[in-house]
Amino acid sequence: MAAEGEPLLRVRGLEKAFGKVLAVNDVSFDLRPGDALGVIGPNGSGKSTLINLVTGFVKPTAGTVEFKGKDITGIAPHRAVGLGIARSFQMARPFYNLPVYKNVVIPVYSPRSRKHMGAEFGDRDEAAVHLLEDVGFERDSPVPYKKAGELPHGYLKRLELARCLALDPDLIILDELFSGMSMSEIAGILPLLEKLRAAGKTLLMVEHRLRELFRVVDSVLMLQFGRKVAAGTPQEVMAMPEVAEAYLGAEVKVDA
Amino acid sequence: MSSPGRATRRERIDRGIKVRSDEIFVLASARDLAWVLLPRALAVAALLLFPLLGARVGPYWQTVMINTMVIALLALSWDLLASVGLISLGQSLFFGLGGYVAGALDSFAGLGPLWSIPLATLLGAALATLVLYPLLRLRGVYFGLITFALPLLFMRLIETTGALGGTEGVSGLTPLPNRTVEIYLVTAAALLTAFAFRRLIATDYGLVFHAVRDNERSVMAAGFDVQRVKAQAVFLAALPAAFAGAFVTHRYQFVGMTAFAMEYSTLPLTAAVVGGPGSFLGPVVGSFILVPLSEAMREFGSLRVVLYSLMLLVFTVGLPEGIFRFVARKYGQFERRVAIEEAPDGR
Repeated sequence: MAAEGEPLLRVRGLEKAFGKVLAVNDVSFDLRPGDALGVIGPNGSGKSTLINLVTGFVKPTAGTVEFKGKDITGIAPHRAVGLGIARSFQMARPFYNLPVYKNVVIPVYSPRSRKHMGAEFGDRDEAAVHLLEDVGFERDSPVPYKKAGELPHGYLKRLELARCLALDPDLIILDELFSGMSMSEIAGILPLLEKLRAAGKTLLMVEHRLRELFRVVDSVLMLQFGRKVAAGTPQEVMAMPEVAEAYLGAEVKVDA
Repeated sequence: MSSPGRATRRERIDRGIKVRSDEIFVLASARDLAWVLLPRALAVAALLLFPLLGARVGPYWQTVMINTMVIALLALSWDLLASVGLISLGQSLFFGLGGYVAGALDSFAGLGPLWSIPLATLLGAALATLVLYPLLRLRGVYFGLITFALPLLFMRLIETTGALGGTEGVSGLTPLPNRTVEIYLVTAAALLTAFAFRRLIATDYGLVFHAVRDNERSVMAAGFDVQRVKAQAVFLAALPAAFAGAFVTHRYQFVGMTAFAMEYSTLPLTAAVVGGPGSFLGPVVGSFILVPLSEAMREFGSLRVVLYSLMLLVFTVGLPEGIFRFVARKYGQFERRVAIEEAPDGR
């Protein structure tokens, strides 16, 4: 892990042009180990593209991404995972034809996990079921043995999280984890996210559910038309009148 | 249908036991074990005993058996490619490469079949992987179209450049010792491939193949190099097909442009679809149906292609799971008639 104060992730002047449209335009930020950053912004403001740029799924047209002091701009996605970056997808992308627990066996079996967690995981099927229990699948239920295509949406999002955790990542990037989850499902996930933070994991969360997001993160970055328009603590950012207006068109109360 | 008064319905019971547990041990009765093991044991025994019949079955049926096994090898190869989401319309690419490498090794390097067949299996598969490597990003129908075109390309390349004997081919190669050895060799190869592929796909390594077929991006997000996984799948799948090419080359003591013939692409594809893709036994079953049928219809010439097309049509629409899965499912079920209990309100 990087030394205290040294950023884990350093993003400088990141830009992605799709034709003439700048989906991400000159975005810079730092994430130190243990930080939790929320990225907010209206639909189409470039949040998911930002994640795709950092994780290598999309190559930037300008700017740099550094992870653990190493330039990883435009890295292949599987190499980003190898360095310790795990991501979830906004639209859950399970392996529909495989049983739910086998969906988690895939990342448990990945080169990264075999190197880092091999001894700890032991039996891979067992490890997968335990990871599913960690994200709130009921113990001893038949759900992990169903086909992933049969899962309801809330479970799919938790499956995405389990697949991230199976990689023993240093940086966890979650793309709208809460969307489509019920209040009680989110309430079940929040303690786990806090536990991850306590364990020194770094979080980057793109989220529309602000109230829930602000219970996890300690800083917020807001994008609009691909540009960084605001950054600070949740209270600071939401206090900016133009932010509340642009994003919500109305006031929002923040639980302190 | 049913007699008045005692209405009955059919009840279906599955024999398959689905348990996942470390604590429960199931002690099956001898009868249950026989139920599970007999079909496999009988099939394997029949395949292994067939060559011993020797001249009693006659050269015609021996040839049919060898051709069946050759097509089965190509169909098994097709099935492994399909497991990683690559649909091949050009199995003759692997067959031809294996055949020509064997021909070259025997003719120019003077290696006998003992060396040239194993070497051609490995080199042919490696060559095929190199050729397909840049094309692995293509998905679905685009990959299929390219695999369809590649054997034609190799065929024309040999025709126009005159390389490797050109239109004449390479002849006078070392033969295999005798017919019995031929049948045993190709049967053992097919059995070994079917067994190995079934084991492979049941491991976590094989699980990644299925995951790639389902969703490439999630496999990347799990930290796998998808391109590499696909390349490994292509190499493994090319092995039995290249072996088949090398084997046939030595059997005919000749290799020519016909090694890239379309029949080595259409027959395995049809066999896999008719037998049931995804099971690795289905393609073998499919070969046993298609090849004898195709031999019997030899006098109809190219009209046979119409038959393959019709069978493809009927099976993709009517029985997409294929014959093998259908029969296996029915074998594991029984049905009995049970009386329907009258609903309390008399309906």
